[in-house]
Amino acid sequence: MSTPAIIFMIVALVVTWGGAALCISIAIKNKSK
Amino acid sequence: MATRENWGSRTGFVLAAIGSAIGLGNIWRFPYITYDNGGGAFLIPYFVALFTAGIPIIILEMAIGHRYKTSPVMAFMKMSKRVTWIGWFQVLVAFVIAMYYTVIVAWSLKFFTLAFTQGWGTNTKEFFYNDFLHTSAGPLSFGGVVPGLAIFAFIAWFLIWLTLFCGVKKGIELIAKIFMPILFVAIIVILIKVVTLEGAGYGLDWLFKPRLDSIFNFSTWLAAYGQIFFSLSICYGIMIAYSSYLPEKSDITNNAIITALMNCGFSILSAILIFSVLGYAATQSGKTIQDVAGAGIGLAFVSIPLAINQMPFSKLVGVIFFFALFVAGFTSIISLVEVCCSTLIDKYKINRKKAVTIFCLIGFAVSFVFTSQAGIFILDIVDHFINAFGIVVGGVLEIIFISWFFKLDSFKQHINKDSDFSVGHIWVFCLKYLMPVILLYMAVGNLVQEIRVPYENYAQAALMTYGWGVVVVVLILSVYLQLSGNKKLNKNENKEIL
Repeated sequence: MSTPAIIFMIVALVVTWGGAALCISIAIKNKSK
Repeated sequence: MATRENWGSRTGFVLAAIGSAIGLGNIWRFPYITYDNGGGAFLIPYFVALFTAGIPIIILEMAIGHRYKTSPVMAFMKMSKRVTWIGWFQVLVAFVIAMYYTVIVAWSLKFFTLAFTQGWGTNTKEFFYNDFLHTSAGPLSFGGVVPGLAIFAFIAWFLIWLTLFCGVKKGIELIAKIFMPILFVAIIVILIKVVTLEGAGYGLDWLFKPRLDSIFNFSTWLAAYGQIFFSLSICYGIMIAYSSYLPEKSDITNNAIITALMNCGFSILSAILIFSVLGYAATQSGKTIQDVAGAGIGLAFVSIPLAINQMPFSKLVGVIFFFALFVAGFTSIISLVEVCCSTLIDKYKINRKKAVTIFCLIGFAVSFVFTSQAGIFILDIVDHFINAFGIVVGGVLEIIFISWFFKLDSFKQHINKDSDFSVGHIWVFCLKYLMPVILLYMAVGNLVQEIRVPYENYAQAALMTYGWGVVVVVLILSVYLQLSGNKKLNKNENKEIL
């Protein structure tokens, strides 16, 4: 697998799953809503 | 007046919304679209589309449902009686999709049972089209109903009925809470297995290697917006119906963002899975990815079973893959049917159990069409037209009406009341200016394309009947239902509205 392909794959995973994890952590912090 | 049922928890709602968004398209459409539109480079327009179209629209739809606490038809009626037909149009589009989507879910269920013995044999193409579907000569050669397909369609409808009959909390939410974690675990287990196979890297290189010139191609951007638009369950009432069961104090923005990001994250995982398998199959057979890859239905039911046949622990991988496919489809189909049932419940004041039973019986009868020998052709045509025109037109109407002729600011205030993230000028800009332009361009582009080249070279009579015919009937029926409903509405519900 080439380096650009690895970079794009990792960035895609970080944006989606990292973003979702961040939002979930904020949601957990403000549990009342 | 009976109290409206609510989700039991925020987690339950988010999982149900994610379950609705994650569907068969995530598994068989996204990987193909990505590699066909520049590989890794496609992800740039894809994420731009996610943040400028997907997330703003999903926030808006969740706000509509949460604010009016009713199904799409009634929500549009409460905005203005003159646009009730937009709500009807979206619900009827959901109805049409539900009719054929159930049959594809039934196929997945059948393939799940076949996976235990690899009952699809070695020639998967021959098996799928001849032995399984008993495909006729074309969409106009109707043939008879295929009993094997009808039985599984019945099972699928029975499971849908059972889920929705139990209600929002004990049915939809419970299914989402059980099935969604299982789906993610199943995908991760199978992913760990396939990425370590010989040739997986070759497949992933094909998928993610960026061909940067493609981002200067306008069609790539259209494909990105199209993919975001079709994969998030937006513009046919689902998010409106689901969020109508949210409690008063709800964080709309964060729920919408989590749903959208997890849907796209799942698409990425599915693409890694599919292309690892295809890379392995290509390496084993000494072919290229193009030779072993297919698109859409062919990818899931022909290419993947063929690739699975060659893998170590192939039976286990096959069972997990088709179970995941079934779960992804099932959690989406219950949301489509819920849109229709919630309309019957809210508009005609029918109790849930009666509404669900009536609808599922009608649904089963109508979906018989797609279990015929010509079913796959009819399905292909209806799916193409309802996506290209039904969903896009429903989206255009919704966005233009709300952002230009209704108080978009009132939605902004409603959203910001209890949300962790506030929406502002950028959200308004995306909905008011960007989305109408893109959606109108997509609608006109689809229309021009359709006139220039008949879809898949099907006979005009078939395209007129199953394609244009269905779209026109949906449009006319929407207007008729508004006109006929307004009289009763004036008598019965004026007090409630005013």
